[in-house]
Amino acid sequence: MAQPMRIRAKLKGDEVEAKILVQHPMETGLRKNVDGEKIPAHFIKTLVVKYEDKVVLESVLGIAVSKDPFISFSFKGGAKDGKLSVTWTDNLGETRTDTVTVD
Amino acid sequence: MKHLKQLLFFMIALQWTVQVFAESAPVEQGDIYKELIEDGNPAEFREMRGKEVWQQKAGPNNVSLKQCDLGKGPGVIKGVYVELPKYFSDAKKVMDLEQRLIYCKTTIQGLTYEQAISSPLSIAGHASDVEALVSYITAASKGMKMAVKLDHPLEKEAYELGRKLFFYRAGSHDFGCVTCHSNDDKRIRLQSLANLLNPNDAQATYTTWPAYRLSQGEVWSMQHRIIDCLRQQRFPEVTYASDSITALTMFMAKNAEGGIYNAPAIKR
Repeated sequence: MAQPMRIRAKLKGDEVEAKILVQHPMETGLRKNVDGEKIPAHFIKTLVVKYEDKVVLESVLGIAVSKDPFISFSFKGGAKDGKLSVTWTDNLGETRTDTVTVD
Repeated sequence: MKHLKQLLFFMIALQWTVQVFAESAPVEQGDIYKELIEDGNPAEFREMRGKEVWQQKAGPNNVSLKQCDLGKGPGVIKGVYVELPKYFSDAKKVMDLEQRLIYCKTTIQGLTYEQAISSPLSIAGHASDVEALVSYITAASKGMKMAVKLDHPLEKEAYELGRKLFFYRAGSHDFGCVTCHSNDDKRIRLQSLANLLNPNDAQATYTTWPAYRLSQGEVWSMQHRIIDCLRQQRFPEVTYASDSITALTMFMAKNAEGGIYNAPAIKR
């Protein structure tokens, strides 16, 4: 079940600083449970950040990324009250989008 | 000859650099690291879950914990944690937060003691609802001053017992809390060790638990931290929510008096 993200977007000078905290187990598929059975892989494959329909970050994530990933970056051209939306898609086809306005 | 001198100088310089780096590295890198992960604390998700648990009806009586009195009246969570552990007259006992939650679960919700203490500690990949609840309640004391009281004789007794336990050395390694936590500026590998007898360190430490442990991928409460410390000391396994843990918590909480509470935090 896709859980909500925590997104902060703040205008600093001429740049918007985005901090994205994602809730996801990021299981590698290589771990075993206490009964010795493999825990199925479950991880985010792509994460895309859009500012007002324009892609500002496109990222490919994989099993090397930790559980509950935290992604922070800055971009130019954003303004206060602009809409920033983040969408991730995982290997099971689950997806989630959350949107915030720039502070 | 000239080359040899240069080489020698270089080696001395290198050694000096390495030494300085080795001494200052843990703290400085820790601070940079802290800055980088600021606003990225997954404990927030546990707080959200904790709020659900707090409001959820449960037990034979099918009521939520919202009637639970954590010290400031039924249902009040703001500022309760900076005054815990404390003496509760209804239970006639000094209790820490988790003992008090167990008390509420048994008296209000009608659960048995065994049900109330089932799976209280998170293990990697399985977050415990108790620690989520603790995250939610402690977060409501953010920015407040630690103000544990020692008015009641039983509160004083708990503090004294906590002090004794802190200095008590035992087990296969003749170890105690005091072994690691009574000197300034010590560390194990890259982990700085807090001197819990020094008010500054005691404040900085106590006010940042519970914490999301990056090494565990879960939030750990003070209970969990103490239980694991005792395990690392090779002590016999301590019972969850036992009075000795409350006593140790009382000792640390009182020593952190005046510190600004700022948890759930994020730690290695």
